[in-house]
Amino acid sequence: MWELIRINKRNSVLLLLMMAVCLLGLGAVIGMAIRGPDGGVLGLMIATGIWVVLTLISFSSGDQILLAASNATAVTHDVHPQLFNVVEEMSIAAGLPMPKVYIINDPAPNAFATGRNPKSASVAVTAGLLGRLNRDELQGVVGHEMSHILHRDILFVTLAGIMLGSVALLSQVFLRGTMYGGGSRRRFSSGEGKGGGGAAIILLIIAIVVAILAPIMTQLLYFALSRRREYLADAGSARLTRYPEGLASALEKIANDRAPQLASANKVTAPMFIVNPFKKAGQWNLSDLTSTHPPISERIRILRNMSQGASLKDYSDAFVNVTKSRTVMPASALTKEDIALRQASAEAKNEQKEKQLRQVGDIMRKVNGFVFLTCACGVTLKIPPNYAAATVECPRCHTVHNVNKA
Amino acid sequence: MGIGMIALIVLLVIAAGLLLVILYVIGTYNVFVGLRNQVDNAWSQIDVQLKRRHDLIPNLVETAKGYMQHERGTFEAVTNARAQAMGAKTVADAAKAEGALGDALSKFMLVVENYPDLKANQNFLALQEELSSTENKIAFARQAYNDQAMFFNNRIQMFPSNIVAGIFSFTKRDFFEVSAAAEREAPKVSF
Repeated sequence: MWELIRINKRNSVLLLLMMAVCLLGLGAVIGMAIRGPDGGVLGLMIATGIWVVLTLISFSSGDQILLAASNATAVTHDVHPQLFNVVEEMSIAAGLPMPKVYIINDPAPNAFATGRNPKSASVAVTAGLLGRLNRDELQGVVGHEMSHILHRDILFVTLAGIMLGSVALLSQVFLRGTMYGGGSRRRFSSGEGKGGGGAAIILLIIAIVVAILAPIMTQLLYFALSRRREYLADAGSARLTRYPEGLASALEKIANDRAPQLASANKVTAPMFIVNPFKKAGQWNLSDLTSTHPPISERIRILRNMSQGASLKDYSDAFVNVTKSRTVMPASALTKEDIALRQASAEAKNEQKEKQLRQVGDIMRKVNGFVFLTCACGVTLKIPPNYAAATVECPRCHTVHNVNKA
Repeated sequence: MGIGMIALIVLLVIAAGLLLVILYVIGTYNVFVGLRNQVDNAWSQIDVQLKRRHDLIPNLVETAKGYMQHERGTFEAVTNARAQAMGAKTVADAAKAEGALGDALSKFMLVVENYPDLKANQNFLALQEELSSTENKIAFARQAYNDQAMFFNNRIQMFPSNIVAGIFSFTKRDFFEVSAAAEREAPKVSF
């Protein structure tokens, strides 16, 4: 496991360097296209400047921006004891400090983790996820997110996302600039003399091509590694929970879900989620260069193929079995570990009636400060935070309850 | 001049080699200290969760008593097992007593199944969630301790870090094996 973390860190640095080359190359080419050959340095400096500023912002408050943009609310133990407990269980299993817990107000089932390092990490799940999964399944999903934290994927995703954003920003600004400002610069360069005209146009064409290709290149790099990391996080989840079926059945429920797609996700944040938040009916099996996640059916089949044990090696063997391709695991991380699978907890064994969508609403009410009172007659009263009176009458048995809001 | 220069170069090479060795020893020593702290931390986490289980039981029994007047034997078994677990002095005693407590709790939870009123009690449900989570946390804390201990032990045995471990006498840690098969079953109480 520690070997895996080390390799992951090295890969992250390599990938970020490759993306930096894309960014700086783009800056230099744009600079040369606008200001002639000596403009390359200037372009390089501007590109570096954009990157440094964005990286500083993401380092200082990237996770906060992301959580706010996802409509996530920080919750305490009282709001959803089970979620809180499951996160604590997984943090103990991973030997990490307890992350902050967030609930996203959205019916689509999904989850993500973010933060700079394990000490400042956050785990966010949607209300839709909490409403649909049983304890074992929730544990599988949280185990997946905890593995992202353990493998230091969270910092990588933030930094790579920022890099992607910088490249996209730079190329957008340049392409629009050439479209609208092209006329004025041509006048300027024709004033200089006739000799430079041809070279300048060639440079300009090269710059436009680079400006179009660079964002695609960085995106492909980004997606390639994020797909791999999803497999590794699945393996980590199986190892932490000792129960791959939990995550497999959670993924199955998520895949078969009919709720509308997550409202607050965008292209940059998509790789952070446990399943791709952009879904269209029948598109779950789509696997191509541009998808951020491996096909969900394949992930489920690999997890269900782990019959021998729950170690990384067992996941790797199952992966080879299912995909008939080379393992995604670095060979040195596959030390022989004897890790037995555990049984399902009782809740999953005699799975009670499917949790109702109403529960999703209840979770959000708790997050938003509703007070829940259970009357002796069995009615649950849900009192909104702006309810002013000190008492409330039960609509069924007319008992009067005191509303004491803490 | 020739001999003087050669002597100087040889001296420099030896000095550089010594410096590298010293740096390696310092680095490895620090790694070992960090690992040892992690192992100790994982160990203390088990204690934290066991204590939490002890703290939860009185509340659970108190809430259930009102509903289950005819189950005194079950209550006493749980209360006694808790007292024994809390009073255990040695690690071996503690492991045994905690195993017995787990058994008593799972019997208790089986009896609870016969009292639908109790199972509908919000307060009891909350305690049940806390207890089952604590059982899980105990299991995961053990798991984490064993993972950390294995990594620590591997470093102590492997060359060349085993030399450093020998000099500063870092010793291998025992795995936390669950003794009785019954205790292994404990977290699977039917909630």
